Amino acid sequence: MRDFYGVTLETPLMLGTAQYPSPAVLEDAFRASRASVATVSLRREAGQGQAFWQIIRSLGVHVLPNTAGCYSAKEAITTAHMAREMFETNWIKLEVIGHADTLQPDPFGLLAATEALAADGFEVFPYTTEDQVLAARLLEAGAKVLMPWGAPIGSGLGLNNRYGLRTLRAAFPDVPMVIDAGLGLPSHAADAMEMGFDAVLLNTAVAQAGDPVAMARAFALAAQAGALAHTADPMAPRDMAAPSTPVIGKAWL
Amino acid sequence: MADITIIGAGVAGLWAAWELRKAGLTPRILDRNGPPGPHGCSWWAGGMLAPYCEGAVSEPAIVAHGQRAAQAWAEVTQVSHRGSLVVTLQRDRAELARFAQRTRGHRLLGAELREVEPDLSTADQALFFESEAHLDPRAALLDLTAALQAHGVTIEQTEATLEDIAGPVIDARGLAAGLAGLRGVRGEMVVLRAPDIRLSRPVRLLHPRHPLYIVPRAGGLFMLGATQIESADRRGISARSTLELLSAAYALDPRFAEAELLETGTDLRPAFADNVPRVLARGRVLHLNGLFRHGYLLAPALARQAAEYLTQGIKGDLVHED
Repeated sequence: MRDFYGVTLETPLMLGTAQYPSPAVLEDAFRASRASVATVSLRREAGQGQAFWQIIRSLGVHVLPNTAGCYSAKEAITTAHMAREMFETNWIKLEVIGHADTLQPDPFGLLAATEALAADGFEVFPYTTEDQVLAARLLEAGAKVLMPWGAPIGSGLGLNNRYGLRTLRAAFPDVPMVIDAGLGLPSHAADAMEMGFDAVLLNTAVAQAGDPVAMARAFALAAQAGALAHTADPMAPRDMAAPSTPVIGKAWL
Repeated sequence: MADITIIGAGVAGLWAAWELRKAGLTPRILDRNGPPGPHGCSWWAGGMLAPYCEGAVSEPAIVAHGQRAAQAWAEVTQVSHRGSLVVTLQRDRAELARFAQRTRGHRLLGAELREVEPDLSTADQALFFESEAHLDPRAALLDLTAALQAHGVTIEQTEATLEDIAGPVIDARGLAAGLAGLRGVRGEMVVLRAPDIRLSRPVRLLHPRHPLYIVPRAGGLFMLGATQIESADRRGISARSTLELLSAAYALDPRFAEAELLETGTDLRPAFADNVPRVLARGRVLHLNGLFRHGYLLAPALARQAAEYLTQGIKGDLVHED
């Protein structure tokens, strides 16, 4: 398994920490899923959120702070510095939002912020589209991990552009990549892992499920199944039917 | 002479006094700020008695214990038994179906919505939770205080620690009790005056980003609430939250744009990890805490369990001994 800035994850699942019915449910969902990474948003809960941080810390997983809700490189860079101070980690999931309705990444702001933060010693996980050219630029700017979207944040649409994601995966075979955002069902997670991505990150699909704990477990199983399938070298689809037992010679009445 | 001392004159402390009195005890209430007012988070509540709606995101205990809230409050204050409505904007229609699937006690209104709530013209569908109710939380606190006073239970303004007080104590101070595992969850609200708009029951707007509820109050007032932020920041409402609350209200009825913005408020809800309140028995001290966003909905049930535990040794499901 590819590592993330020197860290090998035990499971390919990263979970967000927002929108759960309660911290107790959040904790149970993490335990059920055995997620390796918890993402936390800094903007609204900044400062004074000590009790909630304590709960996140007690999960015993890697913490990946994000810059959710930032609309400019400058804002994202400031938030990243606050996150580094608060969580004592160089990891930062970099979100620079370009469009309020689709929450689509702003490629230009993202590139500028990646460059500045990487130069400043941050280990950047840029939230990006499936655009190959942008991916190359982000890697040049110092990112060693990419987080292409499946679909817009919170939409639950799954992998919107499978062709684009497949070519992105093929173009940078050695770069660790996490499918981030837009996953709604465990089958989407399995799909991403089967395609050779290294992990999946989700929040809404678990937190807003009727039973978040059961859904967390379902995603864990699916991600694991997808990862295993990828290593098992899946068959290619074909048009010609090929029976698994030969037809000729079969006894017939 | 009092049998028991209650610290904290918020919704939990006042209800504890009311239930203990009914159980034959003579309580007294101490509060460092005196009678209920803007210093306590009970002051900033919405006042919805909506157990079924809360069931969409709460533990079953909240739905179960919230059932008798409307009836309990009617002992001491005016309760509007007019139900509550849940609506969405057009493009979020799927949210309504999901909410319906996760809650009980509702029916879907189509064309009848015009008759039930004529002013709610932007919505063409709503879930109607007919058995739910609401009250004016400030009036309710003052009425409960008056009712206690009529029975000889007064609120003394004094700062007292547990060590200063002899005999059994009920600690209902909320966050000030400093209990382990108790956290503050920030909530922000806005009060508007819009005399042209008439709503006879609370309306919840389901929205993927900016959920909102509007509770009508006397005199053309509307309470818009409430944000829920995992932070113990007590500063005033943020510009962002104000924008979100007002935009959501505006989307629901454009006439809210002309409303007079009377008041904004912020406070912290005390909550345990599962967001379910507890009666914590610790020697001579009984803690009533963690009412989260369910102060008015759950205080009667929590106080009832505290009284039954003290007077009859009954250990209800909200009681924890440690």
